[in-house]
Amino acid sequence: MTRTPRAVLLFLVAALIALAVFPQFAERFYIQLVTKIMIVAIFAMSLDLLVGYTGLVSFGHAAFFGIGGYALAIVARDLDLTSIWTTLPIAIAASGVAALVIGWLSIRTSGVYFIMITLAFAQMLFFVVHDNLALGGSDGMYLNTKPTVSVAGIDLVNLRNRTEFYYFSLLCLTASYLFCRMILRSPFGRVIAAIRINEPRTRALGYPTQRYKLASFVVAGMLAGLAGYLACAQFGFVNPALLSWRESGQALVIVILGGMGTLYGPVIGSFVLILLEDYLSSLTEHWLLVIGFFVIGVVLFLPDGIASLMTRFRRRPADEDGGGETTVVASGAAGDD
Amino acid sequence: MTEFLLETEGLSKSFGALAAVNGVSLGFRRGETHAIIGPNGAGKTTFLNLLSGEIRPSLGRVRFKGQDITAATPDRVSRLGIGRSYQKTNIFPSFTCLENCWIAAQSRLPSSLRFVWPAERLSDVRARAMRGLELAGLAARRDDVAARISYGEQRQLEIAMMLAAEPELLLLDEPLAGMGPEESQRVVGLLKRLAQDHTLVLIEHDMDAVFEVAEVLTVMVNGEVLESGTVSTVRASRAVQEAYLGEDQTA
Repeated sequence: MTRTPRAVLLFLVAALIALAVFPQFAERFYIQLVTKIMIVAIFAMSLDLLVGYTGLVSFGHAAFFGIGGYALAIVARDLDLTSIWTTLPIAIAASGVAALVIGWLSIRTSGVYFIMITLAFAQMLFFVVHDNLALGGSDGMYLNTKPTVSVAGIDLVNLRNRTEFYYFSLLCLTASYLFCRMILRSPFGRVIAAIRINEPRTRALGYPTQRYKLASFVVAGMLAGLAGYLACAQFGFVNPALLSWRESGQALVIVILGGMGTLYGPVIGSFVLILLEDYLSSLTEHWLLVIGFFVIGVVLFLPDGIASLMTRFRRRPADEDGGGETTVVASGAAGDD
Repeated sequence: MTEFLLETEGLSKSFGALAAVNGVSLGFRRGETHAIIGPNGAGKTTFLNLLSGEIRPSLGRVRFKGQDITAATPDRVSRLGIGRSYQKTNIFPSFTCLENCWIAAQSRLPSSLRFVWPAERLSDVRARAMRGLELAGLAARRDDVAARISYGEQRQLEIAMMLAAEPELLLLDEPLAGMGPEESQRVVGLLKRLAQDHTLVLIEHDMDAVFEVAEVLTVMVNGEVLESGTVSTVRASRAVQEAYLGEDQTA
């Protein structure tokens, strides 16, 4: 609810400029890698809406990511649809409907039960896709033609071109960020923030909290669907791994690593984790071990995530004040934003 | 018989073998201030929780404006115009005082499933939130984080939030608990002001405050109503003097 600090705003603008000029200097491989990172960032950001803002820790978020991707592959193959104006709304709607059903069933649980039930639904979906030959089974499906983005017969963007796809993904990432910011500033955003902090009181104030949690779950699912759609469009290929618990788990790690409840944290987390993976895997085959230590290190020494480095120095005087006093208000522990 | 704004009929709640509230039938008239007193464990808070929908009764009914709200959820009860404050401070610690009242004030919108325009542009919500803060004497604290204000101020914030939702009937669970004498006086003053145009149901241990504010008094013991009536009748009641007031009055 608090405004974005100036240091963060400056960083975001600088990062946007850097990403905008990046393709002019980079090799094709890195353009493709950063495109992939930006797509993962949208996915992680959508999870942050649930974990960081609504207080719902979902361990099955990849289900909606996968549905977005498969929806594109299916409508392209079976309905011969190629225009983004039809395929993208279908993909987002499919993820939204799935989130509505899964959310409606899951939202009545909380805490660790919510984690387990979302994981269970995602795993069910994973095996439905994995064992369904019409969907290519474990091999997955190819997307033969990339979506076209044209108005009145004129192509606005050619998604077959790597650089243009890069810019299209950057546009989607920026739009997703602004969309989430808009939601968080809206009346709805205030309610989900209140639910995360004190759900019983929010209900007693007159909000049917389940409905708000479900709405948040659906919005996050739709955004994950957009990310899945882009992932399918980028590589022209989907397989069940998109829906796997590893994807859900990676997204959670990214959100925690980057800093939950910030939106930009998960973007930073995506870049750090995937670039680190790319770099370390070229050095040693034990790169996963190194990543593990890195994640543990961040969680131990930067519990608010990498993004907190930006606001750390600004916040420090206040923290020292609080720590130095012996008579801190009892409930002061929750005052972290 | 006069029309009651809120009315209970044989309201009971058992937790296992314990009858926390047992067959309570009470009526709360519009505009009246009705205090419920009784020793610890008498079932007062449980009774309030039954009224606000936070727990479901085992038996009996609750009617608000003639409408049966026995099975209503807390959010519905709140929307009908019944506000609630808690004995244990129940706020949003990391929100500022204004944000705490904001979320209360915003609950009066037909729906908060609104995603596009920034919340801060809702000037009627802001006005309600500020009014709650001002009534509770917290206007100067509006931008302070709730976790960092004093305990007494948190108790006031609790009341400010309730008022920001502009309820018709207020359920107050020990609003003076843990307050210093000065803060208490301020809150008693506030309660008297509120009593002019609200219906109050008040649980309170501070007997001076109760006698200052309340018109009707109910004494609960072991989950049951021992006595209920105007303050003077209840004070004169022998049963009450023996069971509860006795020591206070002779002291």
